[in-house]
Amino acid sequence: MPSRNSSKPKLIGVVGVGSFGAAIANMLAEKNQVMVYARKEEIVEEINSQKTAAGREFNPAIQATSSPEELCKACDILFFMIPSSAFMEVVRNFAPFLYPYHVIIHGTKGLTLNLPEGESIETVKKLRRSQILTMSEVILQETVAVRVGCLAGPNISKELSLGQPAATVVASKYNEVILEGQQLLRSEKFQVYGNSDIVGVELSGVLKNIIAIAAGALAGLGLGENAKGLLISRGMVEMVHLSKALGGSVQSVIGLAGVGDLVTTCNSVDSRNFTVGFRLAKGETLDQILGSMEEVAEGINTVRIIDAFIKSAGIRAPITESLHRVLFEDLPIGEALQFLMKFPFSVDVDFV
Amino acid sequence: MEEQYIKHRYEPILPKKDEWPVVKLARERKEFVKKVSETAESKILQLTGNNPDILKEELETTLYREKLRIKQNPWAVDPDDEREFWSDVKNSLLHLSTESSLTKTKKLEAYKEVLGKITSRYAEEIASNFKTSHYKFTRSVVTFGFSRLLNAARVKGFKSIFSNQYTLQDKIQITGQTDQIRDLATKGTIVMVPTHFSNLDSILIGWIISVLGMPPFIYGAGLNLFNISIFAYFMNALGAYKVDRRKKNLMYLETLKTYSKEAIQFGCHSLFFPGGTRSRSGMIESKLKLGLLSTAIEAQRANYQNGIQDISGKIFIVPVTINYHFVLEAPGLIQDYLSITGQERYYKENDEFSTSYKISKFLVKFFTKGSDISVSIGRALDVLGNYVDQDGNSLDKRGRVIDTRDYFISDGKITVDAQREEEYTQMLGKRIVEEFHKINRVFSSHLVAFVAFEMIKAKNTKLDLFDLIRLPEEDIVLPYEEFKSACQMVYDKILEMKNQGLIDVAPHMNRPMDEIINHGLDNVGMYHAKRPLIKDKQGNIVTEDMSLLYFYHNRLHGYALEKLF
Repeated sequence: MPSRNSSKPKLIGVVGVGSFGAAIANMLAEKNQVMVYARKEEIVEEINSQKTAAGREFNPAIQATSSPEELCKACDILFFMIPSSAFMEVVRNFAPFLYPYHVIIHGTKGLTLNLPEGESIETVKKLRRSQILTMSEVILQETVAVRVGCLAGPNISKELSLGQPAATVVASKYNEVILEGQQLLRSEKFQVYGNSDIVGVELSGVLKNIIAIAAGALAGLGLGENAKGLLISRGMVEMVHLSKALGGSVQSVIGLAGVGDLVTTCNSVDSRNFTVGFRLAKGETLDQILGSMEEVAEGINTVRIIDAFIKSAGIRAPITESLHRVLFEDLPIGEALQFLMKFPFSVDVDFV
Repeated sequence: MEEQYIKHRYEPILPKKDEWPVVKLARERKEFVKKVSETAESKILQLTGNNPDILKEELETTLYREKLRIKQNPWAVDPDDEREFWSDVKNSLLHLSTESSLTKTKKLEAYKEVLGKITSRYAEEIASNFKTSHYKFTRSVVTFGFSRLLNAARVKGFKSIFSNQYTLQDKIQITGQTDQIRDLATKGTIVMVPTHFSNLDSILIGWIISVLGMPPFIYGAGLNLFNISIFAYFMNALGAYKVDRRKKNLMYLETLKTYSKEAIQFGCHSLFFPGGTRSRSGMIESKLKLGLLSTAIEAQRANYQNGIQDISGKIFIVPVTINYHFVLEAPGLIQDYLSITGQERYYKENDEFSTSYKISKFLVKFFTKGSDISVSIGRALDVLGNYVDQDGNSLDKRGRVIDTRDYFISDGKITVDAQREEEYTQMLGKRIVEEFHKINRVFSSHLVAFVAFEMIKAKNTKLDLFDLIRLPEEDIVLPYEEFKSACQMVYDKILEMKNQGLIDVAPHMNRPMDEIINHGLDNVGMYHAKRPLIKDKQGNIVTEDMSLLYFYHNRLHGYALEKLF
């Protein structure tokens, strides 16, 4: 039964070497020894020998491994930076090597489903909240680790890699996780805020991707700044209502992880979700877009899950609903816009 | 098979009374009380940041509240010198505040002295007065006396007087993980957490513990129970320490928690009613009072800090549910609940357990006429809510052995983090509630009350709870056949859930539905003046008291069974 007593300085673990994972690994490596995990042997090889992977530079001090066991043994603190579609599987691979002393912080802005064997989002009649998991809920369900946190905020990987100033939110029920995250990540160019409403912060990051797709679509249609202002403000109201329905607090949506990230993503051509909306508006189909994207746009999956949830829960979320019809039911984007303009919003703000 | 198991006779796990932790504690009572008082004192100093001004404020608040309590809510058990003591505190505080020449350190010293007086008074007040002779006597009264009553009523012949436990166990069935709790009690420290529906629970659990061959557990009993002489005697005999719910001040609460924590660390098996008080609604507790529960976690961490890594320092949480057909206090409890949630009017507590006479009358009824009680002992958990194996090792969801110590580690060391332990306490609370639902045993009376109430509700969808309760009883008639098929539907669902390990069912439920219904109707709230559920002359189901029906119905709340209607 391994129980840690040694006082030898520990490595910080990063699981996943996508663009965000690589950016975080490099930031962590400024102050600490870092070990990254990648599933593919050739990528591990590449990082260890050339300090690059898929064109991304790695700090020369970073070591890589393809063994979950090695990473869990070497590190007490792990950052999980993997897409939501692979999250459950990766966490399950790590679970046998995780112990209650591990601290896990993730940076994934997506949701996953927890359905009975043989069921999928197409077959399930009602999607209840208990069947939707945020990534921290996946970790708590699948592993014995309890000290779990998340990273969320306007953190475009490209800008982080260039060392431009930015900030993030570390959210956890445990103060020690927040403090640990702050201590590891804070630098002259990177501010770290704390929040105890982890589900609210996760949901903020997740839900803003829906609005980002819509913002991309508006830009693709060549609409102006008035329309964008309208979308961001209505989008925020929708986020607040959805977040509340899913167990988050209003405050978190108004913070850096919500509004902060929303504004950034809705203005960024570097955002994958924005790009999906943009290309849709230019007439491409979803399959064409997905076929040519290297990394996952979390917003697409989020739209499906949230749409199924609101239908089961009997609540309305017009932006999500119209996006769902555009993405999966072949509604022309112009008609969706008309639907939104006609939707009877009578009150500007009704949640504070 | 099951009957055999229920009536198993358990040998004492510690035959020599001198080895009982509670006896050891009683022997060292004086030093123990001193230790509690000092530890509480330093904890409070830490909480006030060693700042004389904050400490002064806390002392003044405590003084104010105590004076108010003495004036507004005096009890028979309160010591005679209370007024005097608090007047002294007041004088000392007055004296200190006029003394302007004192330095900050001197001031702190002086306030500390006042604080020390208060914590040692509280510690002394809380501490139990366990005496082995009283314990033995009480146990004889409960087992032997009650069994004789029982035997007299059932006329089993002269010899049956000598087989006390067997016959008492006919009435009170003990099921579940009895061997595990016995085994773990010899290796580590047990904290038992039962559901709480009736004032009878304390005595019942005390008896169960003795039947299982375990040394007495200590537990916090509401000081109000000590007002009733018959209870006071029993409680003291069973190793109860006193919890005064009127005292909500920081000093008292810290002393109380320290007492509990130190006793657990001492190795005393403990008992908390984690609901804090009897369930007013009749529902299984869903929100637990976490104050005392947190002391189990603190004690576990402290044991690890003190280097006790093996099972002797391990603390096991054992959830227990107590199932009744009949709760004597039900009318008062449900009135409380309705007036609190309905906020209609202030309702004065109507405690049916108010006199020794009433209790004795109930006990005679209970033992002569019969109403089964079953006690289910759940699987032991560690303080984080993980199941443990026969050697006391914690297991994760996949059955892998993990070390509870790891939960308290950061940077490779055991650390004290109050905020973390607060979260852990919440987690543990949730796990206990989950376990309560799993080990809860459905009785026929729970089933019939649940079905009847839900049928009435389904027929009056427009009415809210309070309107439902106010429906004229004479207008409510449930045709028997309809009622029976609804019972069958719920019963089938319950069996399905039982197969998934989500609920348990009493053996008397293993018979044709007509018999289950008759058994249920005969037993549900059987001694109330107004019966919650009866059959009328035409054979239809009617009620005499809607709020009581609601109370007994609530026992099956929390399983989403109402969705069947």
